[in-house]
Amino acid sequence: MSMLESAAAPVARGKIEWLPVAIFAVLALAPIACAYGAETYWLGLFTSVMVFAIAAIAVDLLCGFGGLVTFGHAAFVGIGAYAVAIFGAEGITDMAITLPAALAVSAIFAYLTGTICLRTKNVYFIMITLAFGQMAYFVAGSLAPYGGDDGISVKTRSTLFGYAIFDNDRAFYYCVFAFLLASYLLCRALIGSRFGRVFRGARDNPTRMATIGFDVFRYQRVAYVIAGCLGGLAGFLLANATEFVSPAYMSWQRSGELIIMVLFGGLGTLHGAILGAASYILLESVLGGVTENWKLIFGPMLVLIVLFARGGLIGLFGAIKRKLSHD
Amino acid sequence: MTEPVLRIEDLRKNFGGLQVTDGVSLEIGAGELHAVIGPNGAGKTTLINQISGTLEPSSGKILLNGADITALPPNKRAALGLARSFQITSILPRFSALENVALAVQARSGSSYKFIGSAASESALNDQAMAALTEVSLDGRAGVLAAHLSHGEKRALELAIALAMQPKLLLLDEPMAGTGPEESERIVGVLQRLKGRFAMLLVEHDMNAVFALADRISVLVYGRVLASGAPDAVRADPAVTTAYLGEELE
Repeated sequence: MSMLESAAAPVARGKIEWLPVAIFAVLALAPIACAYGAETYWLGLFTSVMVFAIAAIAVDLLCGFGGLVTFGHAAFVGIGAYAVAIFGAEGITDMAITLPAALAVSAIFAYLTGTICLRTKNVYFIMITLAFGQMAYFVAGSLAPYGGDDGISVKTRSTLFGYAIFDNDRAFYYCVFAFLLASYLLCRALIGSRFGRVFRGARDNPTRMATIGFDVFRYQRVAYVIAGCLGGLAGFLLANATEFVSPAYMSWQRSGELIIMVLFGGLGTLHGAILGAASYILLESVLGGVTENWKLIFGPMLVLIVLFARGGLIGLFGAIKRKLSHD
Repeated sequence: MTEPVLRIEDLRKNFGGLQVTDGVSLEIGAGELHAVIGPNGAGKTTLINQISGTLEPSSGKILLNGADITALPPNKRAALGLARSFQITSILPRFSALENVALAVQARSGSSYKFIGSAASESALNDQAMAALTEVSLDGRAGVLAAHLSHGEKRALELAIALAMQPKLLLLDEPMAGTGPEESERIVGVLQRLKGRFAMLLVEHDMNAVFALADRISVLVYGRVLASGAPDAVRADPAVTTAYLGEELE
């Protein structure tokens, strides 16, 4: 699986990394630029970039730092989204209830499936996460009272203690921004922490980790639950962004897209996941305007990136920077 | 008589019809270095794997300081003071030498379910890790990625990881395997310095190293202990000479 090797050295200490700062600065300022164009369209697009970035960060945490290639992470996004839709259909729209519920159900699903998935390795792990993802997909499709295969619309966006803070698109945008920033900082801290070091060590050499005294499986399961919760958070926000939820959110293609985003941006970097999500969604929008078969263009781009820039876009930036400083 | 650090009672392991460990019993006392030698395929690594817990014995008992550890998983055995090095170098290639050792310190000091705070800048962990690296003369290479160390340095790093665990018993599976004469000498030197601090079980093909280091030697042939005793007695044993040493020392 050399394709999934990453050069993830522990985050350097005491040094400001400009790329993540620049990414968040651009995201913070994007709404101002959007005001000069088709504001609703662009604002919505950047909102979904950030929503998927949260899910991609979760996938990067597992794939890039834990060596756990999950092919079913869209299930968590779907669980988060359905929490909003189902509570909404029952007349409960306050996020003081729906958000903890979304996270709790994601955590429980992650704990139960993780207990089984993490007993396996490599290709088997990929297949079993895929299988659980598909199970969630079909369960969602069979929820007849909540739209079944057709999905269900979310009539009102979530409120916070009765305040409709998501109603204004710009306010919603900055709420999602805050969630993304928090998720990013959380994962960053986690990776450098004692826990994260054990988790990363388990990717390098699980046998060695066990012989120095760590029960690798338990650490991986905790990480799996955390990544599941982040997926659930993304789903909670996605339901509010699109005001619609359907089983398609959980399909394996969606899980594959999350992996593609992470590979495209740069595995094992966290901010690469944000770049990857942005590239994927923006290219889909731009190329999709040119041709319906935009993946014919995107596909070869992905192949080239994976072949020639091992570290994704982040790796490409690094290579260009080295080249420039060399000359 | 005081309880030995390691006691193995009638240990047996078979893979199908193949008896790889055939009624092995041995004891290692505090501070003793016990070497296990034998021709290839004698079941030396299989024995070590059963003691460290990566392989489950078919029958028999393994006791560490009197506690039965036969059914414990490797991580629990490590917590009880059992450390090992591997025949094929087993380190964390994408971590620095210091972090490789610091993780071993971390494993026995405090909870590792800490999600914030940089582990790499915990000086309590790093200081102890550095001390272990100094003991194997790797302190000058602390910041180097383990993957970039030379083969001999990797072997020394494995020793440092084991030291950092402050073990009661150290299992050494061919620590000199694949090293050049100079590096072998260095590892023998390190082991000589460590001798007496904790019990050690050494599996090694380098007979000069074995006879220089061991307090007792057991000869394993086809999974069975052929002879066991002080180095001179083992060397003089005619059965051993024909079974094993003859081929090597001629």
